[in-house]
Amino acid sequence: MKLALRELVRKPGRFVTATVILTLIAVLLMFLGGLLDGLLRLSTGAIRAQSADAIVYSESSQSSFLRSRIEADDRAAIEAADGVDEVGGLGVVLLGARVPGNGPRDLANVAVWGYELPPTGVPEPPAPGEAYADELLQADGVEVGQELLIGPARTPITVVGWVTDTAYNGSGGLWADLDTWREALAQNRPDAVLADDVVQALVISGPGDPAEVVAAADAANEGTYALTVDDAISAIPGVDEQSGTFNQILGVTVVIALVVIALFFALLTVERTALYGVLKAIGARSRTIFGGLVVQAAAVTLIASAIAGVLVVVLDLLIPPGSIPLYVSVGRIVLSVVLLLIAAVIGSAFSLRRVLRVDPASALGN
Amino acid sequence: MTQPALQMSDVRKVYSMADNEVVALDHATLTVGADEIIALVGPSGSGKTTLCSIAGGILSATEGSIAVGGEEITDYGDKELTTFRQNKVGFVFQSVNLVPFLNARENLLVVDELGRREGKPARDRADRLLDELGLADRAKNLPSQLSGGQKQRVAIGRALMNEPELVLFDEPTSALDTELGQQVMELIRSEMKSRGTAAIVVTHDERITSYCDRTVHITDGVLNAD
Ligand SMILES: Nc1ncnc2c1ncn2[C@@H]1O[C@H](COP(=O)(O)OP(=O)(O)OP(=O)(O)O)[C@@H](O)[C@H]1O
Ligand SMILES: [Mg+2]
Repeated sequence: MKLALRELVRKPGRFVTATVILTLIAVLLMFLGGLLDGLLRLSTGAIRAQSADAIVYSESSQSSFLRSRIEADDRAAIEAADGVDEVGGLGVVLLGARVPGNGPRDLANVAVWGYELPPTGVPEPPAPGEAYADELLQADGVEVGQELLIGPARTPITVVGWVTDTAYNGSGGLWADLDTWREALAQNRPDAVLADDVVQALVISGPGDPAEVVAAADAANEGTYALTVDDAISAIPGVDEQSGTFNQILGVTVVIALVVIALFFALLTVERTALYGVLKAIGARSRTIFGGLVVQAAAVTLIASAIAGVLVVVLDLLIPPGSIPLYVSVGRIVLSVVLLLIAAVIGSAFSLRRVLRVDPASALGN
Repeated sequence: MTQPALQMSDVRKVYSMADNEVVALDHATLTVGADEIIALVGPSGSGKTTLCSIAGGILSATEGSIAVGGEEITDYGDKELTTFRQNKVGFVFQSVNLVPFLNARENLLVVDELGRREGKPARDRADRLLDELGLADRAKNLPSQLSGGQKQRVAIGRALMNEPELVLFDEPTSALDTELGQQVMELIRSEMKSRGTAAIVVTHDERITSYCDRTVHITDGVLNAD
């Protein structure tokens, strides 16, 4: 191991090519992963932020808020259910908002939410006509105290504070009370007007785990169904497809890293056959030699990952906010490094047979 | 009475290739005393390297039995031979074969690092050996920064790092000029004698034999003592 690390330090030139290629692969891995995280954040933030156990939709809604209708008697039945403690109405409408100071066509995409039970990081519902805005809207020039004019009907909503990571369907959230949301909906989507006691969905909590709460709500009322928050997230149109597609690309990228490492170290092993022969002749075990190889593969991978991590963080700082949905997180970087390390170990394992087959007698070369 | 350093009895080594067989050693019987230095002299291709490799547990014999320092290695497998090489024998190869990216001292220490892992005692031994071999001021030099004779001396130091019972020198002076060759032979003799370690020194050069206790000739794989 000392021998392997010394070689790395004293003959860095030998490892430059592999390090550069792996750095590029690691950047790709972290960048694509960050893009996926960013896209998912933009489409799922509002649901992920729900601190309730489950969300209730109407039967024919296909888990779409815009198609879902919860009538007062549905709500009453679920409120009465054993295993359900807390029930809050929820509704959303996606609209363009005019931001003071922006051009007339420069609309900000907003999701106006009406809520009763505050999601994580969101205060209790504000006064009618007011809303907490998602920080995402800062990129559109939104400021606290501004009056935004929502939709074609220009419903006024005043921004009274910021909340984080509550985007939905790519739009920044505006978190208002149920009446303000219902009004924005009625004025701008005349086809979707809802009566005063109707909401699109319910967020519910209970004493049991989320699956038990779901079961309790489903048992209590016909015509509605509940999903745990996690299921509700994957029910958001496109989320699973996005994750699936990206994860396949990420998987292929990891396999490419594995192949690069396998080829590079196989080549290195061939180059070193004579050296390995001598080492074996003076008493080195194959295990020790192979261990050194794995250590080198892991070290090269770590160096490449470190460089890539820095590059991706810098890239994240350079990209203007709101242009690319890149979301760089420690979790994503660590995950990428772990995947690459696994690829490094598996990749170098392809040289194991060659190391085992090196004959100490090859040291005798005349 | 101490065990002989090497006892080979009726050893045969046959290299089988696709269409023919080469008998590199034929019924070789050789005993090397516990602190004896033997010169092994013979023409090219006569089986000198083969004999050393078998004595040192690098190659397995086709027939016959081999014991080093009383340890019978005839039937050893790869793992046992590795441990045996770690502990019992030292090699100075025909081509020098130092690790190119390690300095002189590290080339000695690599034996310990890959083998017994003694740490401090091994470091002390390495420093003492470098000193004895006149390399104290070259300890930090890479092989590429050493002369041929210095490299050869590092290789000798490496062979002695594991305190072997038997050291096998395969033409240790062939790459050196006469004078340097004799210096190296003198050094080998004094290192061996001061430790009471046995050695086989392979050579073409009859002048070298005067540094050894006894000369054994080999021709076409057949041994005959003087
Ligand atoms: N790996 C091998 N495969 C087949 N034949 C071999 C092999 N190694 C050695 N031989 C043959 O065995 C015989 C003895 O070889 P060996 O290397 O022991 O000779 P040597 O006395 O050391 O010669 P030199 O003085 O040239 O180093 C030679 O005929 C050689 O061609
Ligand atoms: Mg030879």
